[in-house]
Amino acid sequence: MSRSVWPTCFEKSHPDRRGADIPALDVPVKENLLPAELLDDAPPALPEMSEREVMRHYTGLSRRNHGVDNGFYPLGSCTMKYNPRMNEVVSAWFGGLHPLADARDAQGALRLTYDLERALCEITGMDAVSLQPAAGAHGELTGLMLIRAYHARRGELAKRTKILVPDSAHGTNPASAAMAGFEVVEVPSGADGGVDLDALRAACGEDTAGLMLTNPNTLGLFETNILTIADIVHNAGGFVYYDGANLNAVMGIARPGDMGFDVVHLNLHKTFATPHGGGGPGSGPVGCKARLAEFLPAPVVVKREGGYALDADRPFSIGKVKSFYGNFGVCVRAYAYILSLGGEGLKEASEAAVLNANYIMHKLRGAYKVAADRPCMHEFVLSTENIPGLTANDVAKGLIDRGIHPPTIYFPLIVREAMMVEPTETEPPEVLDAFCDAMVELKALHEANPGALGEFPLTTPVGRPDQTLAARKPKVVG
Amino acid sequence: MRSYVPATREERARMLASMGLTSMEELLRDIPEGVRLRHPLDLPGGLSEKEVLAALKGYADENVTDRPIFRGAGAYRHFIPAIIPALASLGEFLTAYTPYQFEMSQGMLQAIFEYQSLIARLTGMDASNASVYDGATAAAEAMLMCRDSTRRQKLLVSRGLLPDVLAVLRTYAPCAGMELVEVPLAEGLTDLAAVKANAEGAAGLIAASPNCYGLIEDIASLSDAVHACRGLMVAYAEPISLGLLKKPGGLGADIAVGDGQPLGIPLSWGGPYVGFMATKQRLLRSLPGRVVGETADADGNRAYVLTLQAREQHIRREKATSNICSNQSLCAVMAGIYMTAMGPRGLREVAESCLQKAHYAAERIAALPGMKLSYGAPFFMEFVVESDISSGTIDEALRGKGIVGGLSLDDRRVLYCVTEMNTRQEIDALVDALKEVCA
Repeated sequence: MSRSVWPTCFEKSHPDRRGADIPALDVPVKENLLPAELLDDAPPALPEMSEREVMRHYTGLSRRNHGVDNGFYPLGSCTMKYNPRMNEVVSAWFGGLHPLADARDAQGALRLTYDLERALCEITGMDAVSLQPAAGAHGELTGLMLIRAYHARRGELAKRTKILVPDSAHGTNPASAAMAGFEVVEVPSGADGGVDLDALRAACGEDTAGLMLTNPNTLGLFETNILTIADIVHNAGGFVYYDGANLNAVMGIARPGDMGFDVVHLNLHKTFATPHGGGGPGSGPVGCKARLAEFLPAPVVVKREGGYALDADRPFSIGKVKSFYGNFGVCVRAYAYILSLGGEGLKEASEAAVLNANYIMHKLRGAYKVAADRPCMHEFVLSTENIPGLTANDVAKGLIDRGIHPPTIYFPLIVREAMMVEPTETEPPEVLDAFCDAMVELKALHEANPGALGEFPLTTPVGRPDQTLAARKPKVVG
Repeated sequence: MRSYVPATREERARMLASMGLTSMEELLRDIPEGVRLRHPLDLPGGLSEKEVLAALKGYADENVTDRPIFRGAGAYRHFIPAIIPALASLGEFLTAYTPYQFEMSQGMLQAIFEYQSLIARLTGMDASNASVYDGATAAAEAMLMCRDSTRRQKLLVSRGLLPDVLAVLRTYAPCAGMELVEVPLAEGLTDLAAVKANAEGAAGLIAASPNCYGLIEDIASLSDAVHACRGLMVAYAEPISLGLLKKPGGLGADIAVGDGQPLGIPLSWGGPYVGFMATKQRLLRSLPGRVVGETADADGNRAYVLTLQAREQHIRREKATSNICSNQSLCAVMAGIYMTAMGPRGLREVAESCLQKAHYAAERIAALPGMKLSYGAPFFMEFVVESDISSGTIDEALRGKGIVGGLSLDDRRVLYCVTEMNTRQEIDALVDALKEVCA
């Protein structure tokens, strides 16, 4: 696609056109049902387009976007695996169910919730799960609220004010801890991105509410000291929180609940193949060990004689974190995925994800600097630091011209010029090979002609946008 | 078993060999023995696509969704034009993630920019973010905006907010160091005198219109009351009603929030929906979450980017305006398609239809012996009926007639909702059934 501007819906508007209708009124029309002062003179200034125009407008927009359906998307930490279409079909079967329907009319939804919660307990090694949080960061906040509620119940909240977060952590971790009312203490990482045990021991104490950890960590390495880490935090009276962003590495291989974690959140839109939708809707279920279960968001689904029901009588619950019961439609998709793969299939998926990541890392270790040169789990971090003048951003823009979505760049913050690569299990070796070839080719292009990558991407509707202008003179509506 | 792993066993073996390895175990050697799972996950074996479809059909068939319904209370059944699911299922939208790589994501960025623009026009505001999880969490985020903008620790919240919105505010407030002052209702409406009495030192007020009883609130007077004490007014709005009613922006609200579910998003047992947040210009930089902005590339081509990222968690970490990262983009796009397809006349017609049908129903129900409307204030498409007959008895009687009645608020009061989806025949059947209950 060459450079082009796609007019907005407002620019395409023509007076008196419309793209949808509703039935004519079949009740007698009454005038002045509402006092005139409540009514606006004119309806909102929405665009006026025919249905065909709306269809082409959005279809045109879709052609200016890249998804997993279009090509490789090795965006680290985001687990951009294939999203099975079957799951879209089954989710639609639940579209007509009102959230306040009588329990007798919602037995299928209640049973599915119950069964999915049990399956997630088994996968994570936790005792109880809530599907209420809407996304990963929302799950983090909810999990931290459980920890907060526990300390409050024991009268220790006033002194347990600190959440420890490694400096390699996802940015949502410290932001969630702050939102949950905790003070954030950053714990430095060792060279391998793992937690520095001495630093952790020094940071832990009577004021520790908990530690947030991603395992494998953001360099894609398993925390070999995980049991020691959990002991240190537990001995100080704190909880260990599992950021489930990287669960795709370990399904059926190791479980957070067996590693000493007390609370987890999962990203169903990452690990369980539900579509990312351009930035949501996701789903961020929270699981916990039995001693935290009474604090989970209410209501919870219970199985009783005669059927499933919602139990809102939970005196120690933190309350609700979202309307109704979570992003249920996303949960349906995830459950269909779990049923398709089964226990063995989930393990196969994780193993293949680890294999794919190692395969790429092995092929590229000569061309780029590898942040930690040892076998990785489902993702790893490369750097352009070894190549004078080449930036991660330039490599990313070059990949775009080759039809490949770039890796996550400039994260984790502990690696300079970082490129975090997560291929997932749903890519065959020829796609991985093509990615490696593109990466090597871009390096060679740069070395032959420093600065050559600066003009990329050339094949997209726009070139590199001016971000400074966007922030200095924000135009956020048209 | 269905597998989405394309590499064959031979290919996998070849990949391992290319690294000088012979087994997967060598790649997993960093995992300490003590934490390895040494038994298979206790889950059923995998199923073929046909079998999964059958299993899920089994769940779906246990739900009953084919009866006329007069229930709303925060989730509303409206007509969804076929182009919405058709366009939302395009793989380029469905299977993309947050548009971090702008050149490769102009389609999603522009779709979100248009959503922001449509929400701003709908609410009469200057700016909007890319969405939050739902209406309740939008209200909670608005609470944080009020706190951070005024540096005050007290917030007034109307009891006219939906119960789940109030519940989420109560969950978030202690974590945010906020004290909630719940403002009672008088005749079903937020008590203006109570707002005035408590506004001093308050960061703001969150009130809904139409409120949880369907009644239209005097947002202008409530705004004046909080502005007199330099607090912010947060209006929780229902989007379809804005096809008719004055916009929060014009009534003095500083922030408008709400749930976009009525704009073309299925009920789906409570989610996924989409929370909208719109503000006046001066609060733009306090908005949480993603915001798409317009700019240009080096050749002057119009381009869209995620902007004002200095507010966000991946830059500011614990000092971010919020922790929100993934939001509800695809639902926001669906709402955008709905507003674009309906246009101004379509949206007004939907609102007018809801208004007329709800009043047709309310008038007939209130004419039944022993039944009356609880409140006299103007309402949009929901209304409360009280009677001497217990709400449970009414609900069971309607159920017996194959009708999903209103929501029981307590033993004597029922909240009905009527939308453009309810035919006159359905409404008449509801009234006839209620007549039998009264007799």
